[in-house]
Amino acid sequence: MTAPDPMREGTPQLCLSVQDITKRFPGVLALDNVSLEIAPGEVHALLGENGAGKSTLLKILSGAETSDAGTITFGGRILPPERPLDRQARGIATIYQEFSLLPELSIAENVFLGREPLQFGFVQWRQMFRETSRILERLGITINPRTPVARLSIAEQQMIEIARALSMRSDLIVMDEPTAALGSREVKRLHAIVNDLRRQNIAILYITHRLEEVPLLCDRFSVLRDGRLVGAGAIDGVETDDLVRMMVGRDVEFERQGGRAVAGSTVLEARGLRTRLSSRGGSVSLKNVSIEIRSGEVLGIAGLVGAGRTELARALFGADSLHDGELLLDGEKTRLRSPRDAIRRGIFLVPEDRKQQALFLTQSACRNLTLPSLKRLLRMWWFVDERAEERLLDEYRGKLNIRMATGRQLISSLSGGNQQKVVLSRLIACRPKVLILDEPTRGVDVGAKAEIHQILVDLARRGVAVVVISSELAEVMAISDRVITMREGCITGELNALEATEETLMSKMAIETIT
Amino acid sequence: MTTEQEHRSVGSWGRGAVAFLERFGILIFLVLLIVFFYSQNNRFLSQRNIFNILTEVSIYGVIAVGMTYVILTAGIDLSVGSVLAFAAMCGAVIAKGASDDRFSSGSNVDTGWVAAMATACMVGLVAGWIHGLATTKLKVPPFVVTLGGMTVWRGATLVLGKGGPISGFDDSYRMWGKGEFWGVPIPVVVFAIVAILGHVVLRYTPFGRKVYAVGCNREAARLVGVNTDRVITSVYVIVGLLSGLAGFLLSARLSSAEAVAGEMFELRVIASVVIGGTSLFGGIGGIGGTVVGVILIGVLINGLVIMNVGAYYQQIIIGIIIVLAVAFDTFAKSHRSR
Repeated sequence: MTAPDPMREGTPQLCLSVQDITKRFPGVLALDNVSLEIAPGEVHALLGENGAGKSTLLKILSGAETSDAGTITFGGRILPPERPLDRQARGIATIYQEFSLLPELSIAENVFLGREPLQFGFVQWRQMFRETSRILERLGITINPRTPVARLSIAEQQMIEIARALSMRSDLIVMDEPTAALGSREVKRLHAIVNDLRRQNIAILYITHRLEEVPLLCDRFSVLRDGRLVGAGAIDGVETDDLVRMMVGRDVEFERQGGRAVAGSTVLEARGLRTRLSSRGGSVSLKNVSIEIRSGEVLGIAGLVGAGRTELARALFGADSLHDGELLLDGEKTRLRSPRDAIRRGIFLVPEDRKQQALFLTQSACRNLTLPSLKRLLRMWWFVDERAEERLLDEYRGKLNIRMATGRQLISSLSGGNQQKVVLSRLIACRPKVLILDEPTRGVDVGAKAEIHQILVDLARRGVAVVVISSELAEVMAISDRVITMREGCITGELNALEATEETLMSKMAIETIT
Repeated sequence: MTTEQEHRSVGSWGRGAVAFLERFGILIFLVLLIVFFYSQNNRFLSQRNIFNILTEVSIYGVIAVGMTYVILTAGIDLSVGSVLAFAAMCGAVIAKGASDDRFSSGSNVDTGWVAAMATACMVGLVAGWIHGLATTKLKVPPFVVTLGGMTVWRGATLVLGKGGPISGFDDSYRMWGKGEFWGVPIPVVVFAIVAILGHVVLRYTPFGRKVYAVGCNREAARLVGVNTDRVITSVYVIVGLLSGLAGFLLSARLSSAEAVAGEMFELRVIASVVIGGTSLFGGIGGIGGTVVGVILIGVLINGLVIMNVGAYYQQIIIGIIIVLAVAFDTFAKSHRSR
């Protein structure tokens, strides 16, 4: 495995060369004369805000779209337009941000889907499981390959996607935001894997919004903005700030906003919360969690994937039932039997998985935004006043700077950042007392991220109790007034945000347990 | 034209045009079908035949309106034909009781139909409510619940009618199946009213919005505070009530509540809704499409009869055309949205 493949010795300098690719969609020039070169064993960062054209380029590479002009040279040959399966067979594997796993099938079946090892037309199960185990081992995962994918956490599912690409023995692996769903520990593991792939002379096109990982991991970079290549080169000597400036065309500061709040009274208090293992695939339960949530401050909750952060959010929101413990709202004991109970009491949740838990993809942006506010938008007692709806939409479109052509366009046609702003608007419009956000900026570009941070801080300053759960420490530190760390369903520390550093947080989150 | 303007024009205009074509693909298919049958026999478009077709379709069209709600929530109701028969039978029993158990009465002042209609609707409503509770509270998939309902209500009809029909109603009762209102057959009027009401509720009320939301993403709907169980139960109540109403209309038209009434209705109703562009996965579709789908199947059956196609061949042709119509629609959509 470690010895360089003799076949690759003689290959030309470049693994992939993209020349002058142009792609036009109705009304938008998605890619405008974009060129890109990747050598074998190179990790190439492809950067850009949402809507800059990264996804389009990725789809053209994977064969899901065809370009209007330009050529793709791979392994010394110019590629004809062809289907994704043919591209895979040529050695270009793509790991999409949206998982393409089949939840009811086992890990091994997913990894070898469509390429099951056969003998006399029968699937060689033992071989399949063995090879899957080997790949998982390389990724540092110790899960039985017979486990159904539905029982895995999002981070683990991401690893399975990577395992699939590895099993294809590709020369080029395209990764679309592989770390978006991962906690710090998994990110480190992924980086190790990428470095391992690099040693095997595999080229990697790495799309990410987490700029801090670019200098650590990548050799060279290309930046797209509005479909054009605005910068490219070796990563050495380039500052993260420079990258950000290229991406957004202006300076964005990720400054610390938190730590200055004069916290108000305790709005929501949890005492000794315990939950059972949930049936929806969580692998942790809360073990005796007590916290206080105060109005007027941003409470950050930091923890690795599987620390119980999402479980805590869902327990506070009444989405999962409690096994033990009590909740006090404004000092009075309450029971939340369902999210509706929580919402009636002014507690709202922005869930972790936008597509699965927050968006109505077949509906317009406007309908997505107004759904919980319809009661206030009636005329003639029963009917939705569509003009009032538009007014509400326009109000938040202005306040939160949501970019879209019209409110009637489908929510699915907006970029991740704008989708998230619609989700936020719809809850802010309900005037929340407590707003819990689980990974509020996942899959959101840098510019919109900073805007969302500002929105959350402003909300807190106006007296809302804001709880932000995030696996990005930079984010937690940037906006929190107070930070709580979690590990394996327990709270392991509480810090004022001004004293929090990555190191102190990390040590509280990630003290390795002996297993 | 500057790029800015171009952008905007594609933004709202192009989207409007695409939406228009997407929506009316099936309508174009219907028009082609009508033109074809007309070219074969020009009596096809006589006023009498048009009303014939509409009367024929309006009874299951009423149910199709309710079915649209159900399918929009990603559910299904297989029991509508049986509920129709049971509700009609209950209505007939009550009407007979209310009119002193006379067979065939000529009296015009009789109000037996009021009791019959109210009973049929109530029975349908309760049946739908039971289906709704079973899916939401017992978490049995709607396919299974209503598959069970399909047998249960058919059996109940046979028990109630002792295996046979109850027939012979007075004029005011029969008027609901055979009468006219300003020259339009009454079942057609009822269908029109139900369709318009159904459309307005779906399009312009918070409840309608929630139906789409639940069908599109049930978990997301729950997390923004929609009472998803109530919405889902409601759509089964609606389709049940409308099945009951359709049962009453059918018994009035046949002047008889039959134990075998409405057999295979579920397939025809579901086919019209799906042809009308409502997605079986929920969240996409509407009443307008359903009305077109209902009429399309009616036109097809009537046209084949007028062309003297044998009854056995009719079934084969109808089946094929249903699949082709949906394929045509899907094809049109995928090409126009590019």
